Amino acid sequence: MPSEEERASVPKSSQRGFGGPGKGRAPAEKPKDFKTASKRLVKELNSFKVSIIIALALAMIGAGLTIYAPNKLTLLTDEISNGLNINTNFSMDMAKITYITIVLACVYFFSGLFSFIQTVIMTKVSNFFAKQLRSRISKKINKLPLKYFDRHQTGDILSRVTNDVDTIAQSMNQSLGTIVTSITLLIGSVVMMFVTNGIMALTAIGASLIGFIGMGQILKKSQKYFLARQVELGKLNGHIEEIFSGLNVVKVYNGKKCADEKFDELNQSVYDCNRKSQFLSGLMQPLMAFIGNFGYVAVCIVGAILTMNNVFSFGVIIAFIVYVRLFTHPLSQIAQALTAIQTTAAASERVFEFLDEEEMDSQNEISKCLDKNNVKGKIEFKDVVFQYDNNDKPTIKHFSAIANPGQKIAIVGPTGAGKTTLVNLLMKFYEISSGEIIIDGVSTKELSRENIHDLFTMVLQDTWLFEGTVRENIAYNVKDVSDEKIEEVCKEVGLHHFIKTLPNGYDSELSENNSISAGQKQLLTIARGMIKDSPFLILDEATSNVDTRTEELVQEAMDKISKGKTSFIIAHRLSTIKNADLILVIGDGNIVEQGNHEELLAKKGVYANLYNSQFEL
Amino acid sequence: MLKLFKNLTKREFILIFFSLVLIMAQVWLELKIPDYMSQITKLVETEGSQMNEILKNGGYMVLCAFGSLIATVIASYFICVIAASLSKNVRKKVFDKVQNLAMNEVKSFSISSLITRTTNDITQIQMLLSMGLLLAIKSPITAIWAVSKIINKSWQWSTLTGVAVVLMLSIVGVIMVIVTPKFKRIQKLTDRINGVTRENLTGIRVVRAFNAEEYQEQKFDGVNDELTNLQYFNQKKFAIIQPLMFGTMNILTLFVYFIGAKLINSAEVTGRLEIFGNMVVFSSYAFQVIMSFMMLAFIFIMIPRGQVSAKRINEVLDEETTIKDGSKDSEKADEVGTVEFKNVSFKYPDAEDYLLKNVSFKANKGDTVAIVGLTGSGKSTLINLIPRFYDATDGEVLVDGVNVKEYKQKSLHNKIGYVPQRAVIFDGTVFSNVAYGENGKDAITEEDVKKAVEVAQAKEFVEKMENKYDTHISQGGINLSGGQKQRIAIARAIARNPEIYIFDDSFSALDYKTDSILRKELKRHTKDATSIIVAQRIGTIMNADKIIVLNDGETIGMGTHKELLENCEIYKKIALSQLSKEELENA
Repeated sequence: MPSEEERASVPKSSQRGFGGPGKGRAPAEKPKDFKTASKRLVKELNSFKVSIIIALALAMIGAGLTIYAPNKLTLLTDEISNGLNINTNFSMDMAKITYITIVLACVYFFSGLFSFIQTVIMTKVSNFFAKQLRSRISKKINKLPLKYFDRHQTGDILSRVTNDVDTIAQSMNQSLGTIVTSITLLIGSVVMMFVTNGIMALTAIGASLIGFIGMGQILKKSQKYFLARQVELGKLNGHIEEIFSGLNVVKVYNGKKCADEKFDELNQSVYDCNRKSQFLSGLMQPLMAFIGNFGYVAVCIVGAILTMNNVFSFGVIIAFIVYVRLFTHPLSQIAQALTAIQTTAAASERVFEFLDEEEMDSQNEISKCLDKNNVKGKIEFKDVVFQYDNNDKPTIKHFSAIANPGQKIAIVGPTGAGKTTLVNLLMKFYEISSGEIIIDGVSTKELSRENIHDLFTMVLQDTWLFEGTVRENIAYNVKDVSDEKIEEVCKEVGLHHFIKTLPNGYDSELSENNSISAGQKQLLTIARGMIKDSPFLILDEATSNVDTRTEELVQEAMDKISKGKTSFIIAHRLSTIKNADLILVIGDGNIVEQGNHEELLAKKGVYANLYNSQFEL
Repeated sequence: MLKLFKNLTKREFILIFFSLVLIMAQVWLELKIPDYMSQITKLVETEGSQMNEILKNGGYMVLCAFGSLIATVIASYFICVIAASLSKNVRKKVFDKVQNLAMNEVKSFSISSLITRTTNDITQIQMLLSMGLLLAIKSPITAIWAVSKIINKSWQWSTLTGVAVVLMLSIVGVIMVIVTPKFKRIQKLTDRINGVTRENLTGIRVVRAFNAEEYQEQKFDGVNDELTNLQYFNQKKFAIIQPLMFGTMNILTLFVYFIGAKLINSAEVTGRLEIFGNMVVFSSYAFQVIMSFMMLAFIFIMIPRGQVSAKRINEVLDEETTIKDGSKDSEKADEVGTVEFKNVSFKYPDAEDYLLKNVSFKANKGDTVAIVGLTGSGKSTLINLIPRFYDATDGEVLVDGVNVKEYKQKSLHNKIGYVPQRAVIFDGTVFSNVAYGENGKDAITEEDVKKAVEVAQAKEFVEKMENKYDTHISQGGINLSGGQKQRIAIARAIARNPEIYIFDDSFSALDYKTDSILRKELKRHTKDATSIIVAQRIGTIMNADKIIVLNDGETIGMGTHKELLENCEIYKKIALSQLSKEELENA
């Protein structure tokens, strides 16, 4: 008979649990990274300490009340049972029952209220923590050295700001309060069970022990898939960003197949990680439900035996039925919360990894400061050497040059000779390997980056505009610019008429879908540079997208504002630099020739060669 | 949302069907459990019942619970597979779709929005499905089944349960009405967060040069604030649901007992045990009913957010691309290597002004046609019509004598080697970047790549790099200078060996010398290829077979350098702004 086998097996397994209820408590070994990540998370949450403690206290009180309730419920059922007893003449004490009911209703109400307040506080904490993280990432971006971006994909960083932080906020919200409530419920119900009846308590706990072990196994397995999922998602995001940004090339080169192949591969990995992590975390709930039912049966059977032997009243069984639910419910809640915490840990690991990236050198020791309005304008390069991190030889080799106040210095040379690198060093975007750059007698090493940036107006070939109005784009980060000033500058660069044709003039929104030509974009960035008005000027191929007629106009305007300013101009178009005071011809990281246009042509060297090549076929 | 389900394959529908069956089995088993519970309760309560009986019922109950566990595990596995594959398929479709959109359509969505739609929005859907689908199937079944089990037990209890359910559902309903409209805004703000971050990343040098870190951070904080406040507002509303649910469940149980006590009290002594048993059973079924209605409510709460994401995804999938694929392959062309514009005009669909007006010209095989003009005169727009980034509003663009609209896009693109203004570098090696894509012929070999790199004047710096052609170069290509990137992009076009080259101001990042050698080499390497060049430098184009001067979208001059110097005022001005009179004459 199958029932006999079952009969034999049920108590056995519950008996096995008698040994050590404490042993299985903690889910077995966690991966090391999980530990580090959770520790870090706790540390980061420090500023929310007060809120969290209040929330946790409320959670504990709420849970305490929930545990208190079954005890009262026992009284209630005992009263009712009294009325069942046919042999006695006792009837129910309806007044007592009403009293208990009212007390219990109050208990439930307050327990609910506390849990509500607790959830609201935790919601606030998790949302504002997420906000803090996003804001920190955004600030971090501006603290990282440029070389970081040489190595990392935009899309992956974006994924950290959106996907990872979202995940942290959502799962932390679900998990923290739940865990505390659940642990309180768990401990409380264990205590109450032992207070009510020891044997029954052991039965209930023993039956649930299997659940603990199963849970531990599952947690151990699923952690790696959670991390993998976030990582794969980041990679996928990176690929998507890359393809969408370069869509014109992808189209014409029929690169779709190639893009698709990589996409499919990444998409498949995300799919695999999703499927596995979701399934493993989905296992917890039904497993715990089963344990709950199993515990119920165990409690009933043991209870029945004991009741029959008149060890205790029937009410105790009813109470235990509720306790088992109270005991296993937090178990499944904990299980769920632990998966949520796993997800949080995996996502936060990626966020913290980014936040921990090495920042640019500290500027604490910088004491010197050059006043923008008082700069004379001499710049000296002294034996400058610079090597990019991932290169095996220097890009700039022992470069020395002097720019005197008010001079217009042109830098020409074949592509890859290091022209833009020189600008990067001048702007202190990268740190010089050896040698120094001296501005008005002060080494840039002694000046803060902000100070240096303040001294230079830089216009790049890369026409960077952002979503916002024309006005905002032109008066970028310069306060109190009058409308007249903006219009004046736009008239000078020949933009005014074009801007007037836009639907809202200077208040028109610029976005990716505007049909603004590359040249017009360039003019906008030039106008932006003119508004900034600093003592030094750097034009890095700033006019190469503009036709030469317009360039002449721009140059006239530039000459006007750069009067008395030291300016550096990088240009391939030699007409742009013909009138420079000093032309530095760069080759392979150093100066090969210098002089003005006429001198250099007379030399019939590299420059002359370069110049004449424009007339060749 | 339902529309997205159309993306499920047959296999997944079968899985859904099996999940349905399994879940029904599971619910049946789960609802069997209270029956055994009541049996056990009765047995325990009745004096002198056999231990045997209790064990038997207990055994059955455990069996039911175990069966229900197995069914749930399998069903939830199926559902994870369904959710994960749906999101995989939809993601693929969106990715596909975006690649097929015309450039102005892509721009009207904005790239950062398209990225969020392909990643974040789909993740939302996937989360919703993996958590919600099981519940969505299970809760109604449980609710109906459980209701049918208790409906006849006692009207007092049933009414009580009914009131509790209605109360809860109406509170949830009110919350939903408040919260739903905010979800749309939240997804929009997620786009914005993405956009602002992307903007900061792409313009990092400008941001720093302007000391505008704080400006960017403030902008970011503005969006971040709004996003956080909205999220907080919504979630605060949700916070009420869980306590409400458990509170209601507890109080319901309490009142079932309280009413039970009254019923028992007023009943005949013989019927009391019956009522007591019913009471215990009822309270556990009532638990199930409330639970399942709550789960149902949860799904209705989750749906709006999913709905917003689904809508955003569908917007992309439903976007009718204006660029329709033609049917012609390239084999039977009457002409080879020709590009002809016949009275072409172009304006953006919603714009009023034409960017190109009535442009006509023809480039024959082997010709070099140059397009010059002032900034904003429509040069780039003109050549963007050839690879069909846009379609001409009026007139025809012909390649090899056939309207570009009639080609299969793949065949059309196989004829073209295009180099954009802003060089695009993909994450990969020099080799993978140059050998990028396919050209309808044999795969591009190492030999081809080496040759192309050599012609593009990139050999010197590529071979100086650590791993030469296998050197890793990154997406932004920051470890390459502007000119190096551009030469890699040019090499990519050469490696394709196309009939027609399109250079959209691709030479301006190069110095004169490199520019001139490159063009000479290119001419030698591709004698028969036609080139359409947009350029700023007179030097780059003066030897072109035909020069077209554009002004405000109209052709104001066409001819050779010499002819134009004589009869086109604007061309002359452009030329003189670069070279002196003597230089022009000597050239």
